[in-house]
Parts: sequence; C-alpha cells; structure tokens
Amino acid sequence: MTTSRSGPAGRATGPEGDPFGNRASAHVECRNVWKIFGPNASKAFEAIRAEGLGKDEAQRRFDCVIGVADVSLSIRKGEIFCIMGLSGSGKSTLLRHINRLIAPTAGQILVGGRDIARLDAKGLQTLRAKTIGMVFQHMALWPHRTIQDNVAYGLEVRGVDRATRRKIAAETLEQMQLGGWDRHYPDELSGGMQQRVGLARALAADPDILLMDEPFSALDPLIRSDLQDQFLELADRLQKTTLFVTHDLDEAIKMGHRVAIMKDGAVVQVGTPEEIVISPQGDYVERFVQGISRLRFLSAEQIMQPLGAAPAPEGSRTVRPTDRLGPIIDAVRAGGGCAVVRDNGRPVGKITYDGLLHAIRSYSPGAGPSATEEE
Amino acid sequence: MDLSLLLDPFQGEMLPVGDWSQSLIDWLVINFRDVFQALKQPIDFVLTGLETVLRGVPPTILIAVFGLLGWQVAGARVGVIAAVCLFLVGAIGAWPHAMTTLAIILTAVIFCIGVGIPIGILASRSDRFEAVLKPCLDFLQTIPSFVYLVPVVMLFGIGNVPGVIVTIIYALAPIIRLTNLGIRQVRADMVEASVAFGGNPRQTMWKVQLPLALPTIMTGVNQTIMMSLAMSVVASMISVTGLGQMVLRGIGRLDMSIATTGGLGIVLVAIAIDRVSQGFGRTRRDRGRRQWFETGPVGLLRRLMGIGRDAPDPRR
Repeated sequence: MTTSRSGPAGRATGPEGDPFGNRASAHVECRNVWKIFGPNASKAFEAIRAEGLGKDEAQRRFDCVIGVADVSLSIRKGEIFCIMGLSGSGKSTLLRHINRLIAPTAGQILVGGRDIARLDAKGLQTLRAKTIGMVFQHMALWPHRTIQDNVAYGLEVRGVDRATRRKIAAETLEQMQLGGWDRHYPDELSGGMQQRVGLARALAADPDILLMDEPFSALDPLIRSDLQDQFLELADRLQKTTLFVTHDLDEAIKMGHRVAIMKDGAVVQVGTPEEIVISPQGDYVERFVQGISRLRFLSAEQIMQPLGAAPAPEGSRTVRPTDRLGPIIDAVRAGGGCAVVRDNGRPVGKITYDGLLHAIRSYSPGAGPSATEEE
Repeated sequence: MDLSLLLDPFQGEMLPVGDWSQSLIDWLVINFRDVFQALKQPIDFVLTGLETVLRGVPPTILIAVFGLLGWQVAGARVGVIAAVCLFLVGAIGAWPHAMTTLAIILTAVIFCIGVGIPIGILASRSDRFEAVLKPCLDFLQTIPSFVYLVPVVMLFGIGNVPGVIVTIIYALAPIIRLTNLGIRQVRADMVEASVAFGGNPRQTMWKVQLPLALPTIMTGVNQTIMMSLAMSVVASMISVTGLGQMVLRGIGRLDMSIATTGGLGIVLVAIAIDRVSQGFGRTRRDRGRRQWFETGPVGLLRRLMGIGRDAPDPRR
C-alpha cells in the first residue's frame, strides 16, 4: 500500500527538496525552535548559544534540560510528516509547540504563514479548536463524557449548539466505523476503538492540521497495523497536513511522505522514507536503518542489467523502471525467468532470476555488501 | 548577670503570648464586634431553616426520605442501613436532639463546602498559594479544638450559631486538602487534551478537572461531615444543644443513662450519614455503567412508567 501511494507534493522529491521551490507552500513551519526546560532556561539558552554547551553541560551548570535544539522544519500542505526518535529525543515536545501547548524558549512557529506567538488567548483557543486536531498516545478520552461528548468537545467549548454538535459527532463517528456508539462511555470500548474515537475527536472540527503523538503505540500489533492502514486510507481522502510522532521507524516509513529523525532535541536527518533508508546520514540514522528491510524501495531501475547483445527470450514480460519488487517478481516468473524493462516503450534493461536474487540478497536487512561466504 | 537567671532563664515570662492574644481579642471585640455579629446572619438563617424542617417533619417520613436517598445514591443496602440507624435513634429517645445535631452539622458542612471547594480549586491552580495554605491547614488540624472555643465565644457569643462556627473551623481543612489533591491528581493528558481542543482554563476546570476530581472531593466532604459530628460534644461546652449536650450533661452529673443515649445517638447518626455521603462519590463505573437515574428508586419508578427504553444498545 505504501509504495503505490503518492504524496500530495509527489513522492519523487529529490535531494533538492521542495518541489514548489518556495516557502509559501509550507503549511506548518518551525524556524530555529529551541526549548530549554528548567528554572534558569533563559540563562542556559544564552550559554548554549554563546559557548555551544552540550546537554550534559547544560544539565550540570544550569540544571536545565534541552528539549528541542534549533529545529527548523517546513511541512507542506496535505503531507504526512513523521517525526521519529527514541524516548527523550524531544519529538513529543516539538509536536506540542505546533499548537502552543508548549511555548518555545526561542524561535518561531508559523501555521498557515502566521506566527502563533502573536495570537492572543482567544485566537489561540480558536486555532486549537478549529485549525488543529490532536490525537494522544494514551487516547486521553474523558471517562465521564459519552463518546459523542468526547468527540464534540472542541465544538462545545466554541459554543456550537447541542443539536449541531451531536449531528457532527455522529457523522464523524460514522466515518470511523463507530456509528451507534454515541451515547456510550469510553471504558465500554476496546483500545483500538478508543483510539478511533480519539481520531474522530481530532477530526470533528474538520481541522486543516492533525497532530498525532504516538497514536498507535499503545495498541497491540495487529490492531496497530489495522489502524495504520485505516488512517492512511482516511488521510488519502482528507488530505490533512499531519505531523505524526512515533518511536518506530517501520511506522514512520509506512506512514510518512517525509520523515524527520530526532536525537537529543535536534533533527539529524529529514527526507523521504526512501532517502532515509537508502542513504542514511551519519552513524545514528545508519544504526536505525540497519534493521529495516530496504526491499520495498527496490525498483526495476536499480535491479536491471544491460540488455546485452542477446535478445530477450520469447514471451518475456515488460516492466516499467519505477516498478517495485512485487510486479517485477510476477513478471519474471510469468516470463520464463526474464523481464524486459521498458521506459516509454523503449527497452532499457533486463531482469533475470539471478539479478533479482542478487538484488534481494544485498537489500535484505543486515546484509553487508560482501557478505558472501564463497571462499 | 545573676547565675540563677542564666541556669533558669524562664523565671520571668519571656514571651507573654497570653497577654498578646488577650489584647488582640479585646481589640477585635471592641472594634469589629459588628462585623462578627453580621457574619452570624447567613449561618443563623440556614441553621434555623434546616432545624425547622428536620424537627417539623414527622420522624416516619424523614426516615423514609433518608432511606430512599441512601438507596438512590449508594444502593439498597445503604438505604436500609441508614433507615434502620435513624429508626434506632428515635427508638432510644434521642430523636429531637439528633435532629438539632443534624441541622448543625448540615449547616456547617454547607458552609465548609461553599468556602473549602473554592479555596481548594485556587490551591490546585497556584503552587505558591498552596505553599502558603499548607502550613495554615496543618495549624488548623493540629490545634486542639478546645483552644478556639474561647475566641469564638468572645466574638460570636454562645449558642448553636457559634457552635456551627467552631465546627466549620474544625472541619474545613479536609475538604480544602482533598479538593486540591483531587484536581492535581487528574491525569495530565486529560487536561492537556482539553487545552489542545481549545478549552479555556475555566472550561477545562468545569468540564474536565472537577468532574474527574469528584470522587476525591466527595471523600473530603465525607471527612468534613465526620469531623463535624465529632465536634458536637466539644461544641456543647459553648451551649450548643443536641446529642453532644446530652453527653456533656451525662459527664457533669455522672449520669450513665443520658450519656449512653447521647453517645449511641451520635454513633447511629454518624453511621447513617457516613454511608449515604460516601455514595455521592460513586462514579458511573461503580454503578455498573448506569446513569444515576437508571438506578435506585428513581430508576425503579422510571422502569415502572416505561421511560428510557427507546435507546437500543448497538451491541445487541
């Protein structure tokens, strides 16, 4: 499913970055965001700035913790942007800056081009209730409210009348396949259903932006996978700008159009899942990627060999250069051991059993380039 | 300096705390007596109203109402216990005194809730206020209750209304503490979610924090009720009538019969209102996932009248 999905800005964004080539397309933007926690945060920040203090040093000298360190990100409209990192890497802290649950020590957050620090209390409440929806790691559904009152909370605090609220809640729940549960309470639902309510609550006000803080990590693997697929389907339809925090690289790769990897509050690499997996930058990202199968990113273009002098055998099938592994294997098997790669009808290479196996071997997790034991 | 003074510096009074407090209370009495007398007005109003009702209604009806209330908020068992306890109070001949005591306690509890819950809410929102409040509450709870009988008598006089005031002073601390604690214990992400969906601080308090803190707050109310009852004997020393006065008279005359009647009356009233008031803190889950109006006598009445059957359960 992931491989066939195309991002709103197109998946084929190369290292040159933003295909629109301007900043105006950024829906959410972080500019040099810093967050220092602690009693002497501003002093510590100055010292960090001036002397390049590390996190241990900041902890020792100022009793401060660096939550987010100089993060600049630009998230496009309609994109699913994953923020991936281990616990304590600052990913959830960064996410909470977007709806200003946390105010930065320094730097700017722009939503739709507007600096949210300039909003007054009322404006900020409107931004949270209307523009940004949020999903929490442990659901955070209110146990004393019915499902419909949970879902419609954002409308309720904005003063929308009860009938409209109930109608919207029912529609949103229907969309999440939870129709009929309106008047029940959260503790009557299973974990997976509860998180669908959490998602319905985030979507009820039809916000432009979704913030998801490890939404599926508290669920068991099968339900998690179901919800991931369900969310991807929904995301394709709704095209919401989504910031998706996760500690699981597999999930980040499955969900994200782009992935940012965080370590100690800083972003160490931003790129498409393919870029992260195929060309990790630095030891830290490389270590992460080692356990990940790169097979899903393998394309005919990468596997194919030169056509050579010999013509392709009779009955061989055709694949496109961008085709992924599944269609290639089907074509090779159906074509008696060989497939021809054609770019707009012009043959550019061939793929044989041997070439296919070789590629699979070298792209499998943990496989070094010279791992053959043929001595 | 003389050696004996060095060895025993306490021959004279070093800190004449007694004189100071005497001067303070004299000054308060002379300058603010009207203020303190005015403070009595609302308490007098509530107390008189409650006492008139409790002593005016025939005992049988009151026992039935109390039993049904217990059934409604805490289940049939508690309803029966409450009714039986009150019946026994009447049976041992302490009914009128018990009703006076109940009126005093309920008045004290109403004012404790009215004052204590707002203070508790403020404390939960400000660490600084909490830091100032904590030692005050510790002081209130450790100071022996006899000590503030004197200033209360000086400022408010004697009788049932000053009795309510000493009871309020004595019983106020737990409701403040437990309101503060209950709100602070609400899961952080529940509160965060309210803010994240645009709730302002007031909405977050009323729609999320207070409802989720309610079981703890109700424990505080229960504690306050129990402490008020415990105060009834002490308060009788400033001419407060009721069950406490029976006990006090029993002590004064070494009259075993009247002391036993009064003491047993206090115990029975305590059991009844403790059980019923604990029921107010029950959550929906404790009631077997039913709304309050789906249980107890109201639920029975609704079922008999066939109300509330229109919403089918999606699981069936």
